[in-house]
Amino acid sequence: MATFIDLLLNALVVGILLGGFYAALSIGLAITFGLLDVVNIAHPTILILGAFVAFVLNSQVGIDPIIAGLIATPFFYGLGWLIYQLYYNSFEKSGETDSLRGLAFFFGLLFIIEVGLIIQFGVDHRLVEASYIGESANIVIGEDIDVAIPYRLLVAFVVATIATLAIRAYLTKTFFGRAVRAVAQDMMALRLMGVDPIKVKRIAFAMGVATAGIAGALMIIVLPIEPSVGRLYIGNVFAIVVLGGLGSISGTLLAAIIIGVAESLVATFFGPSWAPAVSFGILLLVLAVRPEGLFGKTAGGH
Amino acid sequence: MSEPLLKIEGVSKHFGGFTALNNVTTFVKPGERFGLIGPNGSGKTTMINCVSGLLRNEEGKIIFNGHDVTAQKPHQRTAAGIARSFQIPRPFHTMSVIENLMIPSEFVGHHRGEKFDDRADGMEILETMGMADKADDPTTDLTQIELRKLELARAMAAKPKLLISDEAMAGLTGQEVDEVIDILFKMNERGITIIMIEHIMRAVMRFSQRIICLDAGQLIAEGTPEEIVKNKDVERAYLGSDDG
Amino acid sequence: MKYLFEIVCLLLLVLAFAMTQVIGNQFVFFVGFVILQYVVMATAWNILGGYAGYVNFGSAGFLATGAYVSVALINFLGVGLIEQFIFGGAVAGLLGLATGYLTLRLRGVYFAIATLALAIILETIVAHWGYVGGAAGTSILPARKPELLGVLVVDRKAGVFANYKEFLFFLMAGVAIGSVWVARWIEHSKLGRGLNAIKDSEEAAECMGVPTLRLKLYATTISGAMMGVAGAPLASYLTFIDPLSAFNLEYAVNAIAMPMIGGTVSWMGPVIGAVLLGGAQQWASLFISSELNLLIVGVLLVIFVIIAPGGIVGWFKKSR
Repeated sequence: MATFIDLLLNALVVGILLGGFYAALSIGLAITFGLLDVVNIAHPTILILGAFVAFVLNSQVGIDPIIAGLIATPFFYGLGWLIYQLYYNSFEKSGETDSLRGLAFFFGLLFIIEVGLIIQFGVDHRLVEASYIGESANIVIGEDIDVAIPYRLLVAFVVATIATLAIRAYLTKTFFGRAVRAVAQDMMALRLMGVDPIKVKRIAFAMGVATAGIAGALMIIVLPIEPSVGRLYIGNVFAIVVLGGLGSISGTLLAAIIIGVAESLVATFFGPSWAPAVSFGILLLVLAVRPEGLFGKTAGGH
Repeated sequence: MSEPLLKIEGVSKHFGGFTALNNVTTFVKPGERFGLIGPNGSGKTTMINCVSGLLRNEEGKIIFNGHDVTAQKPHQRTAAGIARSFQIPRPFHTMSVIENLMIPSEFVGHHRGEKFDDRADGMEILETMGMADKADDPTTDLTQIELRKLELARAMAAKPKLLISDEAMAGLTGQEVDEVIDILFKMNERGITIIMIEHIMRAVMRFSQRIICLDAGQLIAEGTPEEIVKNKDVERAYLGSDDG
Repeated sequence: MKYLFEIVCLLLLVLAFAMTQVIGNQFVFFVGFVILQYVVMATAWNILGGYAGYVNFGSAGFLATGAYVSVALINFLGVGLIEQFIFGGAVAGLLGLATGYLTLRLRGVYFAIATLALAIILETIVAHWGYVGGAAGTSILPARKPELLGVLVVDRKAGVFANYKEFLFFLMAGVAIGSVWVARWIEHSKLGRGLNAIKDSEEAAECMGVPTLRLKLYATTISGAMMGVAGAPLASYLTFIDPLSAFNLEYAVNAIAMPMIGGTVSWMGPVIGAVLLGGAQQWASLFISSELNLLIVGVLLVIFVIIAPGGIVGWFKKSR
């Protein structure tokens, strides 16, 4: 019999695990939107593409989804590289950043990927199979409290945490990583240091998209995926990046946990279909009250 | 002494941990030619943004024409009589030159019930700038100096009491600099108070009746051009002190 | 001729009426209804997107608001179509205002995401709202022999219109013509000039005296209201409504693709885009799947955005 405490603890634990997972989903956007200021709303849909790649490799060839994700990563890197080339040549090179066209471009991209997936795979939900999916660890406290930790969430949390911390270390410790963080702030300074800012941006963007390989695999490990799920996650990932603060990777991590817990609590006590509404709601709230998020510089009013 | 047109009282502006303006107090008299100088990053553009309303100062007050405008949005301040040009020109690029002027003219350039002809008013301004022949050209055809003149012309079309010229002369040739100074003199003769922000010292010295100097967000000197030129603090701000 | 545009509008309305009296083939009215609906959606989107430069990703949400307000009114009050138009439009307009008020002070991208959020939140709410059928949807039975001012409007033998679909086709023609008239009026008004300035350089516009927030809120409200009016007759037309049909992906992408392909600078672009793209999609749906259809629209959108930013209208202007 589930008591309130039992439900609450389960929701909290799942929420924290989900938060780690969400961090992996959002870190790509934290780079492309948070640092490079490119409004890649197609990011969640690219994650779905990654999920389907993992699905295909898993169901056809029997590869573990996480390995599949790693294999897919270089391909997504190349995809990101190409997308940025196209985006830059079409919209930013001329100097006048027309945000309308840029947004329409990424929306078109989102659409093409989503409908393409529907055509190829249909609208049914897909799953992957692995030894850790389907089982849970149970922690029993006292008489009424039984906290179930699904292994697949735990695996996702661990992989996500490793990936996220690795990227964060790269961005803070290496020269190139710091160049990426600098490029949004002062392109001229980078040029004067002999670094081509466009090359930096392109590689950084490609890195952001490359995360879709692993993150997409984690997605389909955690829940069944079908093509239109991407649009539900737009609110989620943007809420995380904005709440964390544009330009702050640590902020993204913290915000992901907050959102994960919030969604989990709502799903437990009000029903799972309200979860996307929660993250969108938080996003709107953050934008209305404190647009710079937890750790970011002042946003808005460009 | 008559009541100042613009009073800046104890204005401070912070960006996160960085203080761009620190308790700045000064004033501008009606009809005055006022110069604002200071090294890069000293807070000149921040101050102008606070006066025009694009930024909101956390502390202090901006008082224009006797009214506290600190809480007002930029378009309200423009309606009240403050107009500015932008350092990097921002023309309305899908409109022609004259149409650029007709926007402020239509929105704030006349009072209710007044008969008006925005195009004629705009043409008059273009004529004083020597750009009347470019009236129907797209702004994308203009040269650099023409774009700077357009910035000033557009601000003029708002029929301001106070015009702020934000580094309109950066990168121009000597002759072009004089052209712009003459335009500003002409505007001043019509009764418009002018704040000039510039790095080109001979322009500021020639034009201004009174100058203030900012450094790292603080007001460090105030006086006539002759006084400013001799001021040790100003020299130190621009050239750095001897102790390194 | 001073009122040439208005005269042409009136003539088109007469033409639409004549069609209902003369043509018997119901497929014509089906295709016509869909295309007219797209004319309204594309025109409405363009008022905010093309004129002001703010992208709305949630057009389907505003359309669906009009549809579901109508359904609620039919179930609750049994009201007629005119009232449905008015209330559907009004509620959608208020939604546009609210969304704008929350996010228009920030960058355009946050407004775009907020519109997406709105569409998804609305869909979730509607799917849970049993009163209008929830996720399964609900059927609408139109009134049996509706009368207006003593005239029998719809009746197979004696009514002005032979059936409901022809009546709705005619109404939609009126709405489409009306919305294009409004768009053209805005273009030539102070509001339109202000929106143009905002699109070109919002900060400069604000400093030149344009009340940017106020004008943007006008645009979102008008745009949202128009989309609501386009959605109001949907339930009556299909005699059935459910979240899947109201919040359809088709509306989301077409509302953006049609004006961007047709041309965003004037009222002509959305009309051209709606007629060409809508007509092409209706024709193509006879031969290829609806998903492939949508894929092509997406590809066309990306291609046009990259190589022909002015759309078809812009391309014509340049090649003169």
